[in-house]
Amino acid sequence: MTDASPIARKAWMATLAKAPPARLAALLPYLPPHHVLRQPEIGAVMVRGRVGATGAAFNLGEMTVTRASVRLETGEVGHAWVQGRDKAHALRAAAVDALLQTGAADDIAARVLHPLQSEADTARAFRAAKAAATKVDFFTMVRGEDK
Amino acid sequence: MYVAVKGGERAIDNAHQWLAEERRGDPTVPELTIPQIREQMALAVNRVMAEGSLYDPDLAALAIKQARGDLIEAVFLIRAYRTTLPRLAGSRPVDTGAMAVDRRISATFKDLPGGQVLGPTFDYTHRLLDFTLMAEGEAPQQRNLPDATPADRIPHVTSFLNRDGLIEPVDPSDIAPPDLTREPMELPANRPLRLQALARGDEGFVLSMAYSTQRGYGRTHAFVGELRIGTVAVEVDIPELGFAVEIGEIELTECETVNQFKGSRTEPPQFTRGYGLVMGQSERKAIAMSLVDRALRWQELGEDFTGAPAQDEEFVLMHCDNIQATGFLEHIKLPHYVDFQAELELVRKLRAEAMALQEAAE
Repeated sequence: MTDASPIARKAWMATLAKAPPARLAALLPYLPPHHVLRQPEIGAVMVRGRVGATGAAFNLGEMTVTRASVRLETGEVGHAWVQGRDKAHALRAAAVDALLQTGAADDIAARVLHPLQSEADTARAFRAAKAAATKVDFFTMVRGEDK
Repeated sequence: MYVAVKGGERAIDNAHQWLAEERRGDPTVPELTIPQIREQMALAVNRVMAEGSLYDPDLAALAIKQARGDLIEAVFLIRAYRTTLPRLAGSRPVDTGAMAVDRRISATFKDLPGGQVLGPTFDYTHRLLDFTLMAEGEAPQQRNLPDATPADRIPHVTSFLNRDGLIEPVDPSDIAPPDLTREPMELPANRPLRLQALARGDEGFVLSMAYSTQRGYGRTHAFVGELRIGTVAVEVDIPELGFAVEIGEIELTECETVNQFKGSRTEPPQFTRGYGLVMGQSERKAIAMSLVDRALRWQELGEDFTGAPAQDEEFVLMHCDNIQATGFLEHIKLPHYVDFQAELELVRKLRAEAMALQEAAE
């Protein structure tokens, strides 16, 4: 078992949670042998905002979330908390989280994580480009009385 | 008074069967799918998520289909569903400064750092029916887009005013906010509780309240300092890991108003703020929410209570929820036979007494 740094793990768990479930399944069709420690459970997370964007926290409303935990036969434990109600997504994300702590981490990163990350970056850049195309330069017209 | 009524089961079953048929409509017309509603009726989906107070586009689309497009009925379905979900956690407050913005405009500064980004807006459209949509026009074509690097952070407009001390500061606090889904709302409410109620409040109600302030009932002289729409990551502390992880992304609309303020006994003349934050793309609701939020702050800012409905916390907060409202309103159509029987008896008795008096007088 390799010790993953919390920073790296935090980043890959985010990537796995945000990945389109079908895409993750395509990149990792078969789960490694594992025991399910926590059956996928659908629940809600209360999303909070801040008054005036930076002030006191307030409850905005909930979102659906599914969590699951697995242990590989080699002992590594993987967790997942993913948006939505897709149990297979949560289970698969937990399995990848565990695999990324094994000796196969580099291979899994190359086959699963990096494609997901780069696709997410591309999607974000595409959206940003669409937004950039609607950026305006307002200019104030000279009014008659200002002559 | 309520009494149990039996019977009518066959009628009810048949009514529901007919409802299912009416929901489907003409069977020669293709049936709507959930992804079609989610993708092509996105703003209806957003509204159901915001007022249902549960972010899940697929479920909101399903609710709209099941409710035959009745959005309040759809909100009702979502509210009922959310009560079945275990609450797994509360998120860290979302960071709207790190929002990936689709739209970001300011009515107060034309040259704001980061620029004015119109996004996919109805503004500047001519509001003419587009008959090409009726003819099932082709999908919009690929177009050339500029190169753009997504910004990590886009500063809020109010932070510029903040630097000069021209606007009231807001103090960050991580005190666990009150939650009206867990404990009944108690008045007076603090600002976090008010914002929770408004965020899930009926768009039409909040809009009318905001409009009333513009027309003079609790005027607050609001400018839209900034309106932004985009996605933010939702981060949750995971107990089994001991650190926070982003569990997904949601679309939000945020509005901050900048309001004229002459100062009071306790506060110097400066701009004040109203705040609106709504799930999904819903700028009408976000702007309205920020106006109502500001109007409700009269006491805190030492302003006069003019008796305007939008200043009246109880009036606004106790009537903004369309599920509570529709539940109480529509229950009067359900059997009240015993109540009414009692009323009938009473009116007959009063009439008899009044007539006897009249006769005696004659």
